[in-house]
Amino acid sequence: MKSGVLNLVVKRLGIAVVTLLIVLFAVFFATSMLPGDTASILLGQAATPEAVAGLREAMHLNDPAILRFLRWLFGLLHGDLGTSYANDMPVAALIGGRLVNTMKLAGITTLISVPLALTLGITAAMLRGSLYDRAVTVLSIGVISVPEFMVATLAVLLFAVYLKWLPALSSVNEAHSLTDLVRIYAMPVITLTFVISAQMIRMTRAAVIETLSTPYVEMALLKGASRSRMVLRHALPNALGPIVNAVALSLSYLVGGVIIVETIFNYPGIAKLMVDAVATRDLPLIQSCAMIFCLGYLLLITAADIVAIMSNPRLR
Amino acid sequence: MARAIASRRSFLGHSYNLVGVVASLVILAWTLVAIFAPTIIPHPIGDIVDDDYFGPMRQGLWLGSDYLGRDMLSRVLMGARYTVGISLAAVSIACFSGVVLGMLAAVTGGWFDTCLSRFLDAMNSIPSKLFGLVVVAAVGSSIPVLILTLAVIYIPGAYRFARALAVNINTMDFMTVARVRGESTAYLIGSEILPNIIRPVLADFGLRFVFIVLLLSGLSFLGLGLQPPLADWGALVRENIGGLPFAAPAVVVPSLAIASLTISVNLLIDNLPQKIRDRDA
Repeated sequence: MKSGVLNLVVKRLGIAVVTLLIVLFAVFFATSMLPGDTASILLGQAATPEAVAGLREAMHLNDPAILRFLRWLFGLLHGDLGTSYANDMPVAALIGGRLVNTMKLAGITTLISVPLALTLGITAAMLRGSLYDRAVTVLSIGVISVPEFMVATLAVLLFAVYLKWLPALSSVNEAHSLTDLVRIYAMPVITLTFVISAQMIRMTRAAVIETLSTPYVEMALLKGASRSRMVLRHALPNALGPIVNAVALSLSYLVGGVIIVETIFNYPGIAKLMVDAVATRDLPLIQSCAMIFCLGYLLLITAADIVAIMSNPRLR
Repeated sequence: MARAIASRRSFLGHSYNLVGVVASLVILAWTLVAIFAPTIIPHPIGDIVDDDYFGPMRQGLWLGSDYLGRDMLSRVLMGARYTVGISLAAVSIACFSGVVLGMLAAVTGGWFDTCLSRFLDAMNSIPSKLFGLVVVAAVGSSIPVLILTLAVIYIPGAYRFARALAVNINTMDFMTVARVRGESTAYLIGSEILPNIIRPVLADFGLRFVFIVLLLSGLSFLGLGLQPPLADWGALVRENIGGLPFAAPAVVVPSLAIASLTISVNLLIDNLPQKIRDRDA
């Protein structure tokens, strides 16, 4: 029966690769629709028509779109992300450090939010119907119902304006000591943690409650197991698959959250780079950033699906 | 949860509880404001009526003034028009297309179903904010572009939901009977499937409306949504963010407006009678 799971996983990975191709295609064509001729933008207003035509030729802009797409794809496979229009630097060099910053932010957020959300979600499910459960549920509905920028705004208002504990803006370069580091990351991480955790808490709670309503948990109750033993030993192992699935899905919300959070806190990450690139219409940079985001997102939702397949005992 | 505290009452054959009633009143109020905004605003939205910027709440300027000294109450009321109007238009397009395509895929099956599902799943793998960002960068931001972009982003979700429901209905005996009778596809989806999935689809419509309001506000907050002088609630928060350090009503009120609308819709759906909300009603 093992081959059944393997087959499904391989099939799911195949779908992910096809999806990635479609997404890359979509990103390429959406950015190709940008108004204005790239060559004349690059050369400025003083350019002669001949110079523009020459540059168009040199940049292969006259080629059919499908050819340019294939060339771009080929470059990607060789690690060549192209050259930024705005400041004539290799895109890879621009992205490199920024990507590390964003990964740090995402990593720290994950380390904090996953244990926090799982604890809150599981305990809320254990104490279902209690005041504690209601408080957690209402709070998570509240956070889900408001835009990310509002969570960020409230965090600034509370921690930077009223309590004056933390600075409102981030600047990674000024970090000299551990306290500096904490002060820089605190605000973006707090905001992202709120946004990600709310989703995770809801899904974890739902997964545990669903297992708690199964006959074998009722059996455990009837044989006299304590409430915590019932949840931790009987329900939790079976809810693990759905919970890991929920964690992966919630982490994919990081992609959207990070765009807003980096912009608000002026955090020098890749999302900020992309929002700025949209303002300057820097095509290769937008394409590469969009690709990285889609790739990360796709990896997380594929992981979520594969965990769901692997954890289904009927397929093992 | 809230159901336990709230008392139940009966209305139009369904029983509603207090939280649901309050939530629907808030939604109704914002809808009325959105419709009648131009006639009820006390000052034109562009007029500078206060010498001071970020003025406090006082008589005549009930919600204070914004970063240019314009009347905040008028701007929030007009903002409702854009936030509610654009979101409603977008969610209507998204749900209509998604549901029709979903039912069609379920009834037709075969390669049509496979191709459409694969394609829309791929669309679903593009993060929504990123998609909005790229499209706005590509074609600029205007109301029709925003409506279409938001609609396109949420079509795959609506499709998936409707298709899952319709596939279940499709296996029922009455569908086989209708097919044997030789009914057309249009009849099958319009008269046999739609009436059976309409209630969960409407609940889904509400949820998707919330997602769209949030995304629209997020885009406007990034400066990629409505462009000045027009301003929806997200744009109002953005332009008045300078008032944050002294908690000016100009930045607090639009935030509260967004929250009151989205939380109300979420609560209304959570408190709908089981019969309407459940997938297999």
